[in-house]
Amino acid sequence: MSDARESWITGIGLVSCLGEGPDAHLRALNEDAPRVDSTAFAPYVVHRIVPLDFDKQIPKKGDQRQMEPWQRIGTYAAGLALDSAGLKGKTDLLSRTDMIVAAGGGERDAQVDLNVTAGVAKAKNPEAFVNERLMNDLRPTLFLAQLSNLLAGNISIVHGVTGSSRTFMGEESAGVDAVRIAHARIAAGQSNLALVGGAYNAERWEVMLHFAMGRCLSHDAHKSVWERAGMELGTIGAFLVLEEKGHAERRGATPFARIATVVADHARRSSGAVTATLERLWSGIAPRLDVAHAAVISGASGVQPATAEERDFLASRGLAVRATATHLGHGLEPQFPANIALAAAALRTGRLFAPCDASERPMEAVLRQAVVTSIGHWRGEGLALIETVS
Amino acid sequence: MNRPVVVVTGYGVVTSLGAGAQDNWAKLSAGQSGIREITRFATDGLKTRIAGTVDFVPVEPSINAPELSQRLAEMAAEEAIAQSGIGTPGDFPGPLFIAVAPVEIEWQQRCEVARASGANDALGYPDLMRAGESGRFHGYYERFLFGSVADRIAERFGTKGSPISLSTACASGATAIQLGVEAIRRGETEAALCIGTDGSVNAESLIRFSLLSALSTSNDPPQAASKPFSKNRDGFVMAEGAGVLVLESLEAAKARGAKILGVIEGCGELADSFHRTRSSPDGKPTIGCIRNAIADAGLAPDDIDYINPHGTSTPENDKNEYISIAAVFGERAKSIPISSNKSMIGHTLSAAGAVESVFSLMTLEHQRIPPTINYQLPDPAIPLDVVPNVARDARVTHVLSNSFGFGGQNVSLVMGREPR
Repeated sequence: MSDARESWITGIGLVSCLGEGPDAHLRALNEDAPRVDSTAFAPYVVHRIVPLDFDKQIPKKGDQRQMEPWQRIGTYAAGLALDSAGLKGKTDLLSRTDMIVAAGGGERDAQVDLNVTAGVAKAKNPEAFVNERLMNDLRPTLFLAQLSNLLAGNISIVHGVTGSSRTFMGEESAGVDAVRIAHARIAAGQSNLALVGGAYNAERWEVMLHFAMGRCLSHDAHKSVWERAGMELGTIGAFLVLEEKGHAERRGATPFARIATVVADHARRSSGAVTATLERLWSGIAPRLDVAHAAVISGASGVQPATAEERDFLASRGLAVRATATHLGHGLEPQFPANIALAAAALRTGRLFAPCDASERPMEAVLRQAVVTSIGHWRGEGLALIETVS
Repeated sequence: MNRPVVVVTGYGVVTSLGAGAQDNWAKLSAGQSGIREITRFATDGLKTRIAGTVDFVPVEPSINAPELSQRLAEMAAEEAIAQSGIGTPGDFPGPLFIAVAPVEIEWQQRCEVARASGANDALGYPDLMRAGESGRFHGYYERFLFGSVADRIAERFGTKGSPISLSTACASGATAIQLGVEAIRRGETEAALCIGTDGSVNAESLIRFSLLSALSTSNDPPQAASKPFSKNRDGFVMAEGAGVLVLESLEAAKARGAKILGVIEGCGELADSFHRTRSSPDGKPTIGCIRNAIADAGLAPDDIDYINPHGTSTPENDKNEYISIAAVFGERAKSIPISSNKSMIGHTLSAAGAVESVFSLMTLEHQRIPPTINYQLPDPAIPLDVVPNVARDARVTHVLSNSFGFGGQNVSLVMGREPR
């Protein structure tokens, strides 16, 4: 590790049902009960985002109008991260900032979908009917909210990040790989400064329907991650600024923490596959772990059997664990960046936040390392080791 | 500069012209068009009724975009891996980077769930959710996950590690190659499988592009619709296809005695912050992108002797691309051959950067430049040598391939014949 260039986290932008910014998140995790909405999408529980004043990060109303909620949330969170890193408005630095966004697809017009679907049943020529309705009912600009790469596009336009722009897709793995590749590029000297993260809007029927088809949503009352059988979706925007140590020092940026390692794999899911992959990935970071001062921030989704396998694996390691989706809900692509943000914020205070449910134990010792996990609800496994910069 | 040199040891391609590099090359160099009337779905009420569909691949009419994208990617990847002779079947010794078309549940599935709900007049989401939860639609859940195409390609070809699905809109295929090049240069791997695939020609995609006035409406005859750099160009033609490259470090390729088909010499990128669908009028981002690629290759603009442009046939792209090329190449801009594959195969969207990289490598290999067809009315504002209508033999040592996309995405690649 000694000759590799270090990646520091010098900026965090985080928004969710817990509020805005890392401090608000730590406060809510330490003090509050989970905030859930059980009525809007009943019988499903959703972790709805707090109201945001978009004008603060997206000053032009015209820009806001060109975006759907997931893009506004992501562009807002990206702006917070750039502010936090002291990059906002610094054209020269922004033009050299490499961006990797983890994204799914954007909002559809749920009402148009419903109207057309209802009409098809009665249409004489169903295909022609769909064509006619879509030609008339789709807003032209909606397409631009649906393209996966248009969150990145909006961040370029609103904040001027233009060094490079890549969008990864693929649920939780997209978030893991975005951080992994940005970190690897910095370590190898291919990049000095990166903006990495994503956004997810859970408050949409079309994504509910998709996961309902997979029968991977938790029903009825709110439960903690370890008690759920399925996901409680959550709206999340999470961005990190990663920066090469020397680059950060030269411009006087203070780090939250450093990213020591990010590893990922892709197991064929069968019984025991998650455990086996976790064991292999964990063995890569274990030699560096200072067990007395380390904790796990788990990205477990609640979907079984992956979550039970992760729970049992983590129990065997003996570290304090926090499954943050109990509070945040599960937001797929940005979940891993969000959990790295929470880990980095906690590391800066030297204290792990409070247990997320009764099965998690408190941690008294000073926090110096955090292992962030991501076991995708369907595919993809990843770990990051985040450390205090001493 | 002791970074690994990245070479190509296998390529594969499927377009509306056919399956396989040789078949495609024969038709490209003969100036044939693969654009045709759409027959897979009803085009009633649509302004555009043509596309570069891959009709020779037998598919059920209900095929969806991820399914077809996967099938095309499999065909092209089989070809590329067989040609390279790398690994063993089902065990590719490196990661997967795959550019995929947008993934969304389509009308077929939505209507099927609605029928299963039994709801009559007042269809609501609770009805759809109830039917969705029945368990009958688990296959659709998996199919419409964003990672599903990559997952299945990774399993079939046995690529290593976490497969990366990506989208940079119409630059996606080039981004997949760029990510593979970077991974090899970092020394993380000695090989990478880079794919761009797109099977998203369906009614809704067509309508969405149509509503943005991006598509040609010159339906008759379909073969004449795509006319890059012509004065009467009126939009691009949507198309399907897949392009695949097997990338390896020069050292690894030599060690196993692989035939080297070409070199990915440089990658350049620069995002545009001007507008969601339009390029910066001063061309600065695309100019910077091209310059970055040439510099990354350790070359000067004078070393480029053929350009495979983005060349979509939209009024805006072709003009902007000319401005950028003129800025980078100066007086030489008028004399460097530049020909758009899209005049024949249409715009294969997420696959375009990869498909056109395969054709750029074949141009180097054959020392023959495929034409820009349908060039009947030159645009005086774009004084370029577009290799009009007929292929041309030429000495080609370094190719520049451009890919520009919605969302300010710009990627350029520089490819060469021999390792230097």
